[in-house]
Amino acid sequence: MNAQNAVEARNTVKAFGQGDAQVRALNDVSVEIRKGEFFTLLGPSGCGKTTLLRLIAGFEMPTSGTILLDGQDITYLPPNKRPVNTVFQSYALFPHLTVAQNIAFGLQMLDKPAAEVKSTTEKMLALVKLEAMAGRKTSQLSGGQQQRVALARALAPQPKVLLLDEPLSALDLKLRKEMQIELKRLQTETGITFVFVTHDQEEALTMSDRIGVMSAGKLQQVGTAKDIYTRPVNRFVASFIGETNFLTATTEAGGARLATGDLIEVAGTTPGQRVTVAFRPEQVRLVTAGEAGAIPATITNLVYFGTDTHCHVALNDGTEVVARLQNPSTGDAGLAIGQTLALRFAPGAAQVVED
Amino acid sequence: MSQAEQAQVSRSVRNAWYLSTPALLILLVGAVGPLMIVLVYSFLLPGKYGNVEWGFSLDGWRGILFTKDIFDDTLVLADAHLTIFWRSIKLSLLTTVFTFLVGFPTAWFIATRTPKSRPIWLFLITIPFWTNLLIRTYAINEVIRTEGLLNTILMKLGLITTPLQIIYTDVAVFIGMVYVYLPLMVLPLFAAIDRFDMRLLEAGYDLYASRLQVLRRIILPIVKPGLIAGSILVFVPSLGAYVTPRVLGGGKQMMIGNFIELQFGQGRNWPLGAALSMLLLIVVTIALLVYVRYANREDANV
Repeated sequence: MNAQNAVEARNTVKAFGQGDAQVRALNDVSVEIRKGEFFTLLGPSGCGKTTLLRLIAGFEMPTSGTILLDGQDITYLPPNKRPVNTVFQSYALFPHLTVAQNIAFGLQMLDKPAAEVKSTTEKMLALVKLEAMAGRKTSQLSGGQQQRVALARALAPQPKVLLLDEPLSALDLKLRKEMQIELKRLQTETGITFVFVTHDQEEALTMSDRIGVMSAGKLQQVGTAKDIYTRPVNRFVASFIGETNFLTATTEAGGARLATGDLIEVAGTTPGQRVTVAFRPEQVRLVTAGEAGAIPATITNLVYFGTDTHCHVALNDGTEVVARLQNPSTGDAGLAIGQTLALRFAPGAAQVVED
Repeated sequence: MSQAEQAQVSRSVRNAWYLSTPALLILLVGAVGPLMIVLVYSFLLPGKYGNVEWGFSLDGWRGILFTKDIFDDTLVLADAHLTIFWRSIKLSLLTTVFTFLVGFPTAWFIATRTPKSRPIWLFLITIPFWTNLLIRTYAINEVIRTEGLLNTILMKLGLITTPLQIIYTDVAVFIGMVYVYLPLMVLPLFAAIDRFDMRLLEAGYDLYASRLQVLRRIILPIVKPGLIAGSILVFVPSLGAYVTPRVLGGGKQMMIGNFIELQFGQGRNWPLGAALSMLLLIVVTIALLVYVRYANREDANV
């Protein structure tokens, strides 16, 4: 056990149902979440990320495996005995209580003295900038305000770990961006470990210290945003985070040969294997047709995105590749559908990923 | 607001009145009218063979608490009446509390079933309404009477040697009323629990509340409208119950309802019966006002 870990899951399995109908929401997941970090569990819906969060919160017990909090086994501790608080996707604010009463609830249940409950509640109201709303019922607040009450309520008892279950998914885009910054600020100010669950890769990339990518009940990769974006371990991670081109190739000395006969430079491969080569659209450079070592292609579509253009090209065997080109500040890139040209990659861009 | 809009609004208001006219007429003829007659009767003189004689008198109202001594015509406090009032209030309160204690878990159980099986459970709750109240009450009588089902089984099992005297006691009336009014508590509680967001339970546990605290601080305050509605639906008819105390309480364990009936029957004192009816109405109204206000104020203090 590493003393730096706030939460640790060891070989956790969570199965629902019986016999043939049994579904493993978590299939042997082990993860270490460090003290004071903003850790994000990222994955599509049904990947098991919320189940893992609920195991840490104590709402579910694992079928097998262990959950540790600060080095102590809390696997079978009920949720009201765990120094962990949750911000729920639905917020789950108490409708019969005011904003201040909602925030004070956890402190009251912990039997804190009235003076401390009052001062902490006021501090929390200030932290989320809702002092003016203290006496309101939560139903009178906007979505963003409710979100902040939920945060303040969960932070008030000063949990060792704050769990956030897709808390921003109900907000509109602009508010979501604001809350992302707000959340990051709160995490830095309080120093509390945040475990954040989301299916939004952009949210994960911009907020997290480290990200755990999940799929089909398994943890696929854990690392910093940069690690995961630049060095995805497998096809799932590469395709789920950012946009990626995949090409099937056969390895040989010095690179991987595509079905078209062209050779792509990739490092660290054993020759003679069928592999998937992945590269990002922004790592593709378009050069004039016929340039030595470049892969010939034809433009099939151009999609304008303001700052850049997505250029869809077809290789000689019909395989489609997307290249992202920054638009020139003046004039035109001079591309047209049907134009023939050639592709080149930034050095080290293409890499072999597991399927 | 434009003129056309205004015209549309006033038209829809007018239509609403037209639509509610039949109901309002029925209320006027069926409720307000008779009530006025009862009110007037309470200030008249009793007729010799029932009915009333036209002549103003407060004897009806005075008779609620006092009786005339047969020998010297002095007014003495009517203990028997007070016993009846006290029994009515006591049994009605007990019935309300007990139907809640039993009805709440029942309503919770139904509300937490799968949406598919929920109608079946609700349907089971409503089955007793299919049979006449009188018949159901006699069925209870059959169960608890001295040679009834309960005593027979208990004696066969050797648990008791002499039959339990339940029938014709307050306990019998209480059992009967709980049985009769339980669905009236369960249904509004179910409606309230059904709307209750179960995710709040997890929020409560997450914020260190024990199971009891979750019940007391989260569930009960939120389902309170259902509790208030259920209590009113049980308490009000309990207070005026007639059939149940008549069949299960025998002639002796009277409640206000039976006492009123007595005045219009054997007692031949219609003004007293009318005054008692008005009193019941007034007591219930005041009790409800106080209860609802108290319940709401408590809500603001939590």
